[in-house]
Formats: sequence, structure tokens, C-alpha cells
Amino acid sequence: MSDPIIQIKNVDKWFGDFQVLKDINLEVEKNKKIVVCGPSGSGKSTLIRCINRLEEHQKGSIIVDGNELTEDTKNIEQIRAEVGMVFQQFNLFPHLSILDNCTLAPIWVKKMPKKDAEELAINQLKQVQIDDQAHKYPGQLSGGQQQRCAIARALCMEPKIMLFDEPTSALDPEMIKEVLDAMVNLAKAGMTMIVVTHEMGFAKEVADEVIFMDEGMIIEKANTKEFFANPKSDRTKLFLSQIL
Amino acid sequence: MMSKINFLKPNKSNLNTFLYLGSFLFFISVLDVLLNSFFSLNITGFLPGFLSFLLPLILGFIGLYFIRIELSGIKQLDLLNKHINTNNFNAILSLLIIFIILKSIPPILSWFFINASFAGDSKDVCTGTGACWTYIKVWMRRFMYGMYPNGEQWRINLSFIALALLGSVGYFATDKFKKYLTLYYVVIYPFIAFLFIFFFISGGPVFFDFSYGIIAAILSIIIGFFIPSRFRFYYFLIVPLALYILLKYFIFYEELVELGKLDGLNWVETGAWGGLSLTFIISFFCLIFCFPIGMAFALGRRSGFPLIRYISIGFIEFWRGVPLITVLFMSAVMFPMFLPADFFIDKLVRCIIAISLFEAAYVAEVIRGGLQALPRGQYEAAKSLGMGYWKMHIFVILPQALKLVIPGIANTFLALVKDTPLIFVVGLLEIVGMLNLAKTNPEWLGFAMEGYVFAAIIFWIICYAMSKYSYNLEEKYKTER
Repeated sequence: MSDPIIQIKNVDKWFGDFQVLKDINLEVEKNKKIVVCGPSGSGKSTLIRCINRLEEHQKGSIIVDGNELTEDTKNIEQIRAEVGMVFQQFNLFPHLSILDNCTLAPIWVKKMPKKDAEELAINQLKQVQIDDQAHKYPGQLSGGQQQRCAIARALCMEPKIMLFDEPTSALDPEMIKEVLDAMVNLAKAGMTMIVVTHEMGFAKEVADEVIFMDEGMIIEKANTKEFFANPKSDRTKLFLSQIL
Repeated sequence: MMSKINFLKPNKSNLNTFLYLGSFLFFISVLDVLLNSFFSLNITGFLPGFLSFLLPLILGFIGLYFIRIELSGIKQLDLLNKHINTNNFNAILSLLIIFIILKSIPPILSWFFINASFAGDSKDVCTGTGACWTYIKVWMRRFMYGMYPNGEQWRINLSFIALALLGSVGYFATDKFKKYLTLYYVVIYPFIAFLFIFFFISGGPVFFDFSYGIIAAILSIIIGFFIPSRFRFYYFLIVPLALYILLKYFIFYEELVELGKLDGLNWVETGAWGGLSLTFIISFFCLIFCFPIGMAFALGRRSGFPLIRYISIGFIEFWRGVPLITVLFMSAVMFPMFLPADFFIDKLVRCIIAISLFEAAYVAEVIRGGLQALPRGQYEAAKSLGMGYWKMHIFVILPQALKLVIPGIANTFLALVKDTPLIFVVGLLEIVGMLNLAKTNPEWLGFAMEGYVFAAIIFWIICYAMSKYSYNLEEKYKTER
């Protein structure tokens, strides 16, 4: 357990003149579940988007599963294939059926035979309980179903790490639960997860560690019980009092 | 008091009175115009002139006012009121339109059919006041085939029928072959079409140097599959050109010259091609070429590499900035001056290349619009699944972007088809060019109108078919609810 799967060292990032990430240091060990929370604009989405290089960091180093993120495109593609990501807006491919959404990347990126990919996809869709919708198009599904499909799509690449970027923020309240359930199941199966979310109930249930960010800095990082029982910094206390 | 208001205002309770009276007045007004226009009878002739002229409008207006009864319960009447008789202003507009249609039918019928001449094969039969379709009939072959020799025209017919049949295989393909259809239409079908036109319609050494290029390209692509992928870039940089030079200057020279000819077919030079068949040939190849070129430049304009981006911007802005007629003129007159003396590219080929590049710039901008309309999340989702630039674009971005721009592309393609008559500046005469030639023939002076109407009908049919097809495509690829 001594070898962390993600190592983030002294990472700085600017959007123009605005510094979004300030000297971030973070290590995530295998099979750990991390929840990142904080007010909007605190850089938490940017942080996890840096991990699969949807955003570039300008200083410091990020090492994912032994590979450092550099300019090398092949390297980045390889890391992205190992790191699944679920977006706030689902971002399913609307021109493809649910099944094709799930099989596209395994077939063309991992060069999996079509039959195997479909079998895998149906299995993953079963896990999130939408295998009966496999031949519909994303536009025909509800938001919660779409998000579950997005989770299945990411899982079809058999990633080592899953990143969740506010997966329930764009959903109707009654659909949040079905997505969270899918995530809880995934956590119980032992996936390494980094979740940006405001769902504190989810954090209490599955997270090993909670990170609180504000103004581009990690303010507090503690194990879950500790974090909710006695937060150290005043900023965290204020945040928790507002959100709980 | 109540009954008086009711009397003036048609409603459901006095429906019968007003319905019959209104319908009668409306009927009289339409009948008057009808008799007037079809049989030159003026049943209101006994009235003073201006009253007789305005009477149908007044009667019709009153009639329509009387039958404007809301929720009458009579289905047809409600439909009529809802669509053409909602208020006084719309009633007048409806009446005027009905009158204009009634008035214009007889002269149009008479010009097109009743007083038109169809028989005979000389100008002498055209004595009526109507159209002289004899002129179109006599010149039909020229309008269709240009100066292509009469005895050889079966070659064009046969080629076009064969290509139409080959083009329709998509409708009959079974599921097993469905996945190869794109490949077929994008690569194989154009190549077959090229072979037909190259060997069959031309029957001679037309696209001379071009043919070496094609053979070199095909050979190098086939060999390219066996080259390890890391050398492939350099391979494609060098080998096609080398093959071309080898083919042209060293090996099989005589044999390849002979390859350009099929036994028993006379060579018909492209200068003699013309008419509608030339319109088809040019449109077909320009459509096929301008699409991939445009797509490449649309992607290039959004590329992260400054060199590629600036080249793309330069290309697009250059071609969009010059008029097509200048481009064609340059391709015909100036371009050959820059070429070595023994280097020969056929006029038709130069035309097709010029129009293709010109339209590609427009297609590029249309496609770029589609690319920009896609949300950033689509790019990010594709990237997050480990797809590289090409996979992302081929499987995720382009299918969606192209679907979005079907109307825009159809627009550009329609414009392209209608731009083809401009090739007259280089001396190629497609259907409109042939019309212009025919109308200046001393034996057939004075029939320009018939010719242009004929061309308009033909172009309308082609363009309408294309636009219908684009609607079908839109429907076919619609995956939203």
C-alpha cells in the first residue's frame, strides 16, 4: 500500500492571470475513495480534470500509475484509457445507441473484438440496471439513466481509477439516488475513486478521506469520520455548517 | 336590440341564413372571375367599368364575411375559416390570390400546351402564339449530349444507366453488406464512375497525365498496407511521386498509352462533350471531391498546429474571396502558362479541379459551423475514453457535426449544380451553354424563351430531387426523440 497510484506534487495552474490551483499536493493509494468538496470556483473540478489532462497543469508533476503526465500524446492517451471519467453533463454520444456508446472505446482504443466488447458492455449495463435500454438512444433516456450509462461507459474501459466530476449536480432530486447507488456499488467493489460532489451523505457512506478545497488550495484533508466530527479549520466549519 | 346585433354579426344561431347567403356571394364572385378568365365572358358587363372590375372582390369579401362563423360545428367551414378567412385582411388576400391563380391559368396553359407547336421538325410549324416545343425537340440531342457524335451517344446513356444502377445498390444491400456501404460510396463508386467516364465516354487518352497519377496512387496505397506504420508517413511522402515518375518516364510507356483506349471505341475529346450529361459529370465529380477537401480544411482551421491552421485559413479565405468565373478563367487561360510545355491537363479536368477547390472552401466553412456547434463535453468525453485526435473525430465529432450541417451542405451543393453553367467561360457548353448556342443559330432565332423555360424546369427537377434527398438524410440520421 506504500505505492500511491496517483501522486500530485506541487501543482500550480493558471487560467490567464487567475491562479486556479495553488501548490497542490495529494497522494491517492490504490482502492481508496476520496471525496473532494468545497465551494464553487474552488478548483476542485480543475484538479480532477488535471489528473487525466483534460486541463494542463503548468508547474509541478502528476504521476498516474507510474506514468508522469507530459506533452507526449501517446502517453496521455494511455493514461486516459486507464482513468475513467464521469461528467456533470453526462456527455453521452447522442448519435450512438447506449450499447454503441459503451462499446465504441473498447473496440477502437483497446482493440477488443466486437463480440467481447458487447458482452462486457451488457454486463456493465446490468450492473447499473439499464441493460434493457441498451438499444435506445441517449435522448430517449432520463437524466439518471443517462448518468448511469455514462458510468457504465467509463467502466467498459476497465479503468484503474474513476473520476467523478459532480455526477449528480445536473439531476432531478429523485434521480440522484439511483446514480449514487450505482456509485456506492462501484465503491464496494473496490474501485479507486475520486469524487467531486456536494452529496455529504455519499461522502460519509463510502469515502476513506475527504478533501476540502477553497480558492485553489487544499484547506483540509482528513479521514471521513474526523472530517465531519471535528473539522480543524474555520473555513471548513463554515462550509459544513452551511451544507449540512 | 339583441336580434338586430345578431342579424349583423354572423354567429351560430343564424348560421343557416348567413352560410347560404355568404356561400352564394362567394360562389358568384369566383364564378365571375372564372368565366372571365377561361371563356372571356363578362357577366357583370352591364355595370359601369370600374364597378364591373371590382365587383368580384366586393361580393367575395362580403360573402367571406358572412361565412366567418366561429365554431360553426361544420368541419369544412371551420377549416376554411381557420386557414384562409381569419379576418377581413386575410379574406381579401385569399380572394386576391384565388383570382390571380384563376387569371393566370389560361395564359399559362395556352402558352405551354394549347397554342404550342409540338409536331414537325422545322421552324415553319411554329406559327401559333404558344411555345415552340419543336425547337426543343429538334435540339434535344444537343441539349443532352452537346457536340458528342450522334452515333456514339449510346456510350453516355449506357454509362449513366450503369452508374445509376450501381448507385442504387445502397437500397438493396442486405445487413451483411451495410457496413461496407460507406467505403463503397466514398471510394469504390467514384472510382468506377471515373473508369466509366475515362474509358467509355471518352474512349481515348483524355486525362493523360492524370491516369498515371491515379495508377501510382492506387499502387502506393495497396503497397502502403504492408509497410510498418512508423515508416508509413515517409513512405507516402516519397513513394507515390517516385512511382509516378517511374511510370511516366521509364516503364510501360507505350503500353499505358494503349491502356487509355478501348478497342473499337472512338476517342471523343472533352471539348465535344456538353449538354445535360456534362452538367451531370461536372456536378458529380465536384460534389465528390469538394466534400473531403472541405472537411480536411475545416479540421485544419481548428488544428492546434499553427502552420496547418494558417494554411487552412489562407486556402479558405483565398477561394472564398475570388469569383468562380475568375477561377475558371484562370484555370483555362493562365494556369497552362505555368506548366512545362509537355505537361498536359485536360480542360475539363482543370475545370473540375477549380470548381472543387472553390466549393471546398465553402463546404469547409459550413462544416466548421457544425464543429463549433458541438458542446465541448463531447470532445472531453471522447478524450477521457482514451481516443486520439483521429478516432475522436471519426467516431464522435464528425458524425454529429456532419449531421448538423446537412442543410448547409445541401445548400452549397445546390449552388454548385447551378454554378456549372459558368464553365462556358472556358468553352465547355453544358445545357445552358448549348441553349445559348442554339438560340443564336440563324435558323432558329427567337426561341430563347422556350429554351430557358426548358432549362429552368430541368434545373428545378435536379435541385428539388437533391433537396428532397437531403431532407430524407436528415430524417434518417435523427436520433433525438
